[in-house]
Amino acid sequence: MLNGKVAVVTGGGRGIGRAIVLALGKEGVKVLINYRGKKESALETLEELKKLGGEGEIYQADVSVEEEVEKMFNFVIEKWGKLDILVNNAGITKDNLLIRMKSEEWDQVINTNLRGVFLCTRSALKIMLKQRSGRIINISSVVGLKGNIGQANYASAKAGIIGFTKAVAREVASRGITVNAIAPGFIKTEMTDVLSEEMKKKVLDEIPLSRFGDPEDVANAVKFLVSDEASYITGIVLNVDGGLAI
Amino acid sequence: MDEATIFEKVKKIIVDQLRVDENLVTMDSNIQEDLGADSLDAVELIMALEEEFGIDVQDDEAEKFKTVGDVVRYIEKRL
Repeated sequence: MLNGKVAVVTGGGRGIGRAIVLALGKEGVKVLINYRGKKESALETLEELKKLGGEGEIYQADVSVEEEVEKMFNFVIEKWGKLDILVNNAGITKDNLLIRMKSEEWDQVINTNLRGVFLCTRSALKIMLKQRSGRIINISSVVGLKGNIGQANYASAKAGIIGFTKAVAREVASRGITVNAIAPGFIKTEMTDVLSEEMKKKVLDEIPLSRFGDPEDVANAVKFLVSDEASYITGIVLNVDGGLAI
Repeated sequence: MDEATIFEKVKKIIVDQLRVDENLVTMDSNIQEDLGADSLDAVELIMALEEEFGIDVQDDEAEKFKTVGDVVRYIEKRL
């Protein structure tokens, strides 16, 4: 039963994050929709959530900035008095071949995609440890498992998330808190929409299930991992990729 | 705040955090060996003490705590 639980979804305004917000909201979870720049998208997501009968708030914060993250989690406690679920979903890409990659492109991706996961998880755990319960889901990527041309920064951050997930899962297991990662494959979002048709065709040929994923495919996996049915699962990487990583 | 008052507050926090019988908590009890705290318990204990007494405990200070008495005397000094 997820009804009445409280969740934070970082990068919840768009793409996979939005689908996660809506999937949890539909189950009666109160959701804080974190966004950094696109307030309108976050508001749209909140509207959709309310249409489904869900409850939520939007909250602007850059997950790579310590003070902003701490304030966000304080807000959740003031608003709802507890935190049951954290979904570290916020992520960006700054693709470039390594030889051409600027150090800013490296830093920005590592800061948002990996440091952001660290900061949000640390803040969430301060709450969850006291509660002696909680679920943390980190959105990694098939790119963190297989690598990808032009994404050394993104692949490093996403692989880093997997190590982080396993380490923290061990640290907090004794407190009834589970930490798991999901590694989506090629999911239809704005992030993947920018790729060339040629590139998409190449990827499609590599997917055994012969289709790109929908954000809902990832959201369904999140819904499972935060459910009571998944209480014995921690430290795993669940691939949601149509078989791309096989 | 005198030592006895601080001890009572610290004892309450330890009983809550470590879920041990309050009779086990004396000034001489060793937090890890007698009260069974693991490393995460120790961190949580420090966090709870910081909150209760409104102080910041540095990691290198916290590492020196062995007994409940060490904690009580440290807090007494800091207040």
